[in-house]
Amino acid sequence: MAKVSMRVNGKSVSADVEGRTLLVEMLRGPLGLTGTHVGCDTSQCGACVVHVNGKAVKACTMFAAEAEGAEVTTIEGMANADGSLGTIQQAFQDYHGLQCGFCTPGMVMSAAALLKDNPKPTESEIRHYLEGNICRCTGYHNIVKAIQAASGQDVGAIAAE
Amino acid sequence: MYSFELVRPKSLAEALSALKEEDAQALGGGQTLIPTLKQRLAQPSKLVSLSAIDEIKGVCVDDDGRLCIGGGTTHGEIVASAGDYPALVSLASRIGDPAVRNRGTIGGSIANNDPSACYPAACLASNATICTDHREIPADEFFQGMFMTALEEGEIVTEVRFPVPQKANYQKFAQPASRFPLVGVFVARFSDGVRVAITGASEGGVFRWTEAEEALSDNFSPEAIEGLTASADGLITDLHGSAAYRAHLIKVLTGRAVKAAA
Repeated sequence: MAKVSMRVNGKSVSADVEGRTLLVEMLRGPLGLTGTHVGCDTSQCGACVVHVNGKAVKACTMFAAEAEGAEVTTIEGMANADGSLGTIQQAFQDYHGLQCGFCTPGMVMSAAALLKDNPKPTESEIRHYLEGNICRCTGYHNIVKAIQAASGQDVGAIAAE
Repeated sequence: MYSFELVRPKSLAEALSALKEEDAQALGGGQTLIPTLKQRLAQPSKLVSLSAIDEIKGVCVDDDGRLCIGGGTTHGEIVASAGDYPALVSLASRIGDPAVRNRGTIGGSIANNDPSACYPAACLASNATICTDHREIPADEFFQGMFMTALEEGEIVTEVRFPVPQKANYQKFAQPASRFPLVGVFVARFSDGVRVAITGASEGGVFRWTEAEEALSDNFSPEAIEGLTASADGLITDLHGSAAYRAHLIKVLTGRAVKAAA
């Protein structure tokens, strides 16, 4: 066991973990941040996406010790300071961008990473960016709409209903 | 996963020292190795993470005009900073998905030499030089078969140096579930000839299609390879496609790459 320290959602945190402890295990276990989900555990589904030093990563495919000293943002860090939903979260609610909700933390974190690099993505850019996030309920249309709405764009142009 | 110790040295020298331990294993971005460990297909005693070694990260151009990419540079960083070689940026931008590209590294990819990885095709077609902690290896000698390279135990890929072609293009016929190429073709035209490297297709890993290279060196157009047939001998047959299908794709994708590059 070794002590690993990082900042998560702006707070300094640390925990004693094994070499093989994954970042997502540290977040969900000792840190109690269960908003980040483990879907496939094989880096395909994207339910575990968090930001490490501003970059979207799959927290099931990174060791906790590799985040030593990093700035980590999880879904719990996406709400506004007063606890109300952040812009992307609100858009997911407004446009019904979720059904069972299991993939949603990863979808929101990937959407945030996309909008940081590309503030006005096209529909095809959004769909391409979400290649690594799998949703089995929605068929993606409302997720794409929500992200387009969160970027301040008109969603009327999205083709499929 | 089996248990192991994980160390995260800040210098190449410390990493090389840590890798001298029996059953120690270097860890690049972990996008292949961590899933492998989860399946208990590997059992290292110690993982030596290369992610904190700044001296093997970054992109620059050397005095010979070659694009030099540190072995610890992620695919995402290559997309952002290797604009001098657009075909390489295009290749890097299509590996896996955005989150994978933010962790996976070029050094890790070529050290693993997955027979369906994209970078080996770029290295071989560009006649790149793979630099390690103690030597320089031409791409033609580096890739030695499926998951086999010229690397010795404990040797670390520190940099890959790419001569930048006059024209180049990478065509990837993606297997949609894995996002690896079912077949990938990298065509690079230099002043002294054309090189064509094929990934995803062969049981021997990445290889050069020399017949097409000769034809394209004389006439850099899709028509130049019309009369050629890629051999299906030694190509992969799996549930995604037969050897004959892959052989067909090699020719089609080579033609598309030449058309897109020309």
